[in-house]
Amino acid sequence: MSNCFKSIAGPAIASGAGLATGIFLMLFSSVAAAAYEYNLPPPATSIAREIMGLHNAIFFICVVIFVLVFGAMFYSIFAHRKSRGYKAAKFHESTTVEIVWTAIPFFILVGMAIPSTATLLRMEDTKTTADLVVKITGHQWKWQYEYLDQDINFFSALSTPSDQIENKAAKGEHYLLEVDKPLVIPIGKKVRFLITANDVIHSWWVPAFGVKKDAIPGFINESWTRVDAEGTYRGQCAELCGKDHGFMPVVVKAVSEDDFAKWVSEQKSQMVASAADSGKTWGKDELMTRGGKAYSANCQACHGAEGKGLPNMFPPMAGSAVAAGPVDAHIKAVLHGFKTGKFAAPMPAFAAQLSDTDVAAIVTYERNAFGNTAGDVIQPSQVKALR
Amino acid sequence: MASAHHDEHPTGLKRWLFTTNHKDIGTLYLLFSLLMLFVGGAMALVVRAELFQPGLQIVDPHFFNQMTTMHALVMIFGAVMPGFVGFANWQLPMMIGAPDMALPRMNNWSFWILPFAFTLLLSGLFLPGGGPAGGWTLYAPLSTKGGMSMDFTILAIHMLGISSVLGAINIIVTVLNMRAPGMTLMKMPLFVWTWLITAFLLIAAMPVLAGAVTMLLTDRHFGTHFFDAAGGGDPVMFQHIFWFFGHPEVYIMILPAFGIASQIIPTFARKPLFGYESMVYATASIAFLSFIVWAHHMFTVGMPAGGELFFMYATMLIAVPTGVKVFNWVATMWRGSMTFETPMLYAIAFVFLFTIGGLSGLMLAIVPADFQYQDTYFVVAHFHYVLFSGAVMAMMGGAFYWLPKWTGHMYNETLGKWHFWLTAIFFNVTFFPQHFLGLAGMPRRIPDYALQFTEFNQISSIGAFGLGLSQLLFVYIIVQTIRGGKKATDKVWEGAEGLEWTLSSPPPYHSFVVAPTIK
Repeated sequence: MSNCFKSIAGPAIASGAGLATGIFLMLFSSVAAAAYEYNLPPPATSIAREIMGLHNAIFFICVVIFVLVFGAMFYSIFAHRKSRGYKAAKFHESTTVEIVWTAIPFFILVGMAIPSTATLLRMEDTKTTADLVVKITGHQWKWQYEYLDQDINFFSALSTPSDQIENKAAKGEHYLLEVDKPLVIPIGKKVRFLITANDVIHSWWVPAFGVKKDAIPGFINESWTRVDAEGTYRGQCAELCGKDHGFMPVVVKAVSEDDFAKWVSEQKSQMVASAADSGKTWGKDELMTRGGKAYSANCQACHGAEGKGLPNMFPPMAGSAVAAGPVDAHIKAVLHGFKTGKFAAPMPAFAAQLSDTDVAAIVTYERNAFGNTAGDVIQPSQVKALR
Repeated sequence: MASAHHDEHPTGLKRWLFTTNHKDIGTLYLLFSLLMLFVGGAMALVVRAELFQPGLQIVDPHFFNQMTTMHALVMIFGAVMPGFVGFANWQLPMMIGAPDMALPRMNNWSFWILPFAFTLLLSGLFLPGGGPAGGWTLYAPLSTKGGMSMDFTILAIHMLGISSVLGAINIIVTVLNMRAPGMTLMKMPLFVWTWLITAFLLIAAMPVLAGAVTMLLTDRHFGTHFFDAAGGGDPVMFQHIFWFFGHPEVYIMILPAFGIASQIIPTFARKPLFGYESMVYATASIAFLSFIVWAHHMFTVGMPAGGELFFMYATMLIAVPTGVKVFNWVATMWRGSMTFETPMLYAIAFVFLFTIGGLSGLMLAIVPADFQYQDTYFVVAHFHYVLFSGAVMAMMGGAFYWLPKWTGHMYNETLGKWHFWLTAIFFNVTFFPQHFLGLAGMPRRIPDYALQFTEFNQISSIGAFGLGLSQLLFVYIIVQTIRGGKKATDKVWEGAEGLEWTLSSPPPYHSFVVAPTIK
């Protein structure tokens, strides 16, 4: 039986290795600009640097232990085999040996636990005063950022065009890691994040900051960061949150203190402008254009780019009874949400997320796009009345 | 009269439907497990096919989520757990010198619940809104919002839980009452020990899962708010309850694998297991620790620092008894007289690859680093190293080890070795690159990914298809061995020790009619 190993292991290893090499060569040659990122991304905060240090150190210790233990095992496999005429020893049970190999790992673990504890306690320091507080709310499937002291509030959704996702257009450099409006924070300042969610659990994660915290509906989690250098940092939602979990990236722009102040004042003037929007009377074309954009940012994930929905899960917009029925019911459906027995997923309420103008634009768009022919034009004032 | 009744052997379908024989039921469990390995594997291949390239090609994200969810449920509850129960059924009576399991009718029932439970679970895929898509962890409130397949899943889990608990009761009663005279607890083979401990874990853990999913059910339909913050509930409580089941569950799936490796290695090293007693104590310590480490699955939910520290230290402690086991296996091989038949190759690969999963587990225990690893492909790689190269490859080794005993025929050693090398190589091609993907920042459970993750995903997908196809060879070898082949001797392996090798191959219908005496 012992020579079976030699007879088969040789060709099997050779052909296995040959196959693996073939696969690797094929991949290497076909992808010229291959990334092959294999470790944590470059840290942008002192905490992320500490994490990387811990990660590398513990990985190194694990590798050393692994090499020692399996070096011994493979030596034994090589030397202590019957086919070389090796006769089995009869020893077993040794309390001394057992104590030694229980104690040594224990002390290695204590050595790992000490720096890990120190880093963890620094990360969990949410008591030091923050320079800026941002409340982050996870929604299916976008992030909302509220600057509590600056009175700034906006949504940040995926901006990768659906053509790229459906392979109809070439994919951009930041495919799936780009948003319409990133979170902007100043560098060198302690920024506190208050993290929660509106519907299901999400998780806000920026690898370069070493920050990952679950966003839980009904509860507020705390985290913080202090970014070293200007730049754009990208992450993703890390907790499965439904159909488009893979399509809600986090993008953070870290800017200088001056640029941050400028950005804040720009936001304020934009808010004044959008307040004026809801007072004016809009034309149909304007509303259709704006509605199309707002639809793709807010509605498309479920109802589809062509308004087809998903059978039994999300209702279609094309030929929808709501989009052909009374206007008020349609507006209310968008503002307050509802649930039917026919489709598994409930319609969420958008009252808190969308301005009167956006709701008016979306409702107008839905009633006149996808082959729908209601023909009516909805004004922001109509929406306001139904809030 | 009684003996006449006992010797009644129905044939055909009735034999399998009404059987109370531990070997027949063991066979049913093992074949069911093999079938589920292919069902769950096919789902994994849908996932890997979609992930071969960035962009959406084959399935929509909602169906993708159904596939990841069902893959896990089918593999855990359909392939791994029933597989080990199959081994227990076949082996425990033979290893302790008993004629059969203690509770044969209950044994029949615990198996026959399974096909119905899985019909219920899998039929969810064809319901309006599709199958469960919130991940096998069923986290609230995502799972309270899903379609009606979630209710099917909940009821299926209840049935699976009943089946597991009945099986566990049977194993405990058998091991504690039916050992041959002279076989004290500390003389039991390690596979028996690991299963005895696993059975206690099952009885403690499965009812907790039943409680968790019952609360989900009442939240969904009967107006309760256990997991709904708007009604005074807490979504995180679901995770605590789930993982209080979930972590012991991890050891339910690995302890019997430890047992199988501990049977195979001494046989082919021709040397007794080094440190039998410390192996038993290490298994018991792991089982105890498994109940106080659950929250390491949820370090990012926002626990107090003190809680995070407790769960970090407790989790790191598990490395000690696990290390003891690995050192013992290596010390058993040391200065043995080794040969490398297929079961031994599997056992060695088990020790080697499981340890990779164990060490990445230790890395995951380090809370600050875990914040980076949590919910990434690093975790996916980690648990496939412990579950596939741990649990599943141990079962494959066990199958080759005992197949000659069960069927009376030797399997084809050349094909066995081919199966081993194909499985081992493709497994690593599939899962090793996933460590890199996770570290570089790819979250798990996403149907599409950023461009920098492309290359490793392609390697992984190619490996997955190789791994899946290689298993057809496994089925071929098993069928071939059942149908014929070289006659196996009673002892089968030169270095085999234990009661099962004193029986004929294949063993008699009632394994030990007269209890053997243990020296």
